[in-house]
Amino acid sequence: MNISTPIKALLSITMVMGLCFNASAHRAWILPSTTNLSGDAPWVTFDAAVSNSLFVPEHVPLRMKGLMVQDPNGKSIDVANPHTGKYRSTFDLNLLTPGTYKIGYASGGLRASWKDKDGKRKRWPGRGETANDADFEKAVPKKADSLKVSQSFRRLETYVTSGEPTTKVFEATNSGLELVPVTHPNDLFAGESAKFQFLFEGEPAVGVKLAIVKGDTRFRNDQNQLDLVTDAKGYVSITWPEAGVYLIEAEFEDDKAQAPATIRTGSYGATFAVYPQ
Amino acid sequence: MNRTILSNIAFFSMFALSIVFSNVSVAADKLLIDVEMPRMNVAEYHKPYVAIWLEDSNRKATQIALWYDLDMKDNEGAKWLKDIRQWWRRIGRSSQQPFDGLTSATKGPGKHSIVVDLTSKHLQSLPKGEYQLRIEASREVGGKEVVNIPLQWPVKSSDYPLSASGSTELGSIKVSID
Repeated sequence: MNISTPIKALLSITMVMGLCFNASAHRAWILPSTTNLSGDAPWVTFDAAVSNSLFVPEHVPLRMKGLMVQDPNGKSIDVANPHTGKYRSTFDLNLLTPGTYKIGYASGGLRASWKDKDGKRKRWPGRGETANDADFEKAVPKKADSLKVSQSFRRLETYVTSGEPTTKVFEATNSGLELVPVTHPNDLFAGESAKFQFLFEGEPAVGVKLAIVKGDTRFRNDQNQLDLVTDAKGYVSITWPEAGVYLIEAEFEDDKAQAPATIRTGSYGATFAVYPQ
Repeated sequence: MNRTILSNIAFFSMFALSIVFSNVSVAADKLLIDVEMPRMNVAEYHKPYVAIWLEDSNRKATQIALWYDLDMKDNEGAKWLKDIRQWWRRIGRSSQQPFDGLTSATKGPGKHSIVVDLTSKHLQSLPKGEYQLRIEASREVGGKEVVNIPLQWPVKSSDYPLSASGSTELGSIKVSID
């Protein structure tokens, strides 16, 4: 994909801030050291970054701000040892409660882009700003060249399980694009098919575009990307070609937005581990 | 008086019947599993974790044996149980270890025998059908291997002995009737 460098930089910065998500330029990911654990109160360590190569931190870190962790009871818990370095953030999690944990970011709201009188590209919220829908009237002109207003939602997650997988953390929040498992994401095996449903704002998301890529992209010439689309009820089945850690990126868009927005967009990204038989 | 005689007759005929019955179909009450662990030519050797279980065609599994580091401080040995991956998926993650009477410490190179009591409640209640006896080994800083031996349940003595062999982490495996 041809994107000019300044735009690329802008995209990556806004991604880091959790404002916008673009799957084509760089990839955002949270990588657990392992996804399935045994024993008493095991620990997991995580890397979180935006990069081109999977899963190599070589571009910018994902910030710790906004990171949320839910324990198997759905309770919000804190991470341990957070650190943001040049290329990645790292943090640890002590799995005190058996079951499945959700680790990730979720954000959403009004977004706008337009060109001002001089033809200069503008966007709201601006670089490094947090969107606040109440400011929209003041910040965005009613009329402008190439004015595009959207309700945009972004979600980036991963899951880890101590002992038996549980499903409490997958209860839909009905905000943005969400994954509802039929197959548990911590129970994936090479050669088997996994089924998931996508919801957008609580409704089955039809026609969600998925791009699925296995890690270690730098050690092969072909990305071997799997491209899939959700069916009329929002379901998708993925047959895992081989064991490894995969990044799943999903994009949804429709025109059922409420004014002043004209489109609604949702993105979902997740890291899944697939084990050998 | 009459009643005593009758009940005695009933008792002895049942006794006789049960002898006949056991000779015909319940020929075996013990299954003997011999598992050979190969000697590894490696710098760092740890005795592998091993799980043995029976599995039906719907992946429903019944525990037969588990060898792991069950005596470590703070139950540290349980941290690696997930590496007996297929077993962990089917039994380990949804059950409490150690299993009473089925769990023991890890074992090194050589032949190891397990006696399976076929009269035990959890085995007797297994529905008849086709099963696999699965033996999975996972070694720290080493490999993993699963060996599967198809068998019919309940066991028919004429089918035995059964044997199979691993190629890396497991040696020859023999299942016989005692």
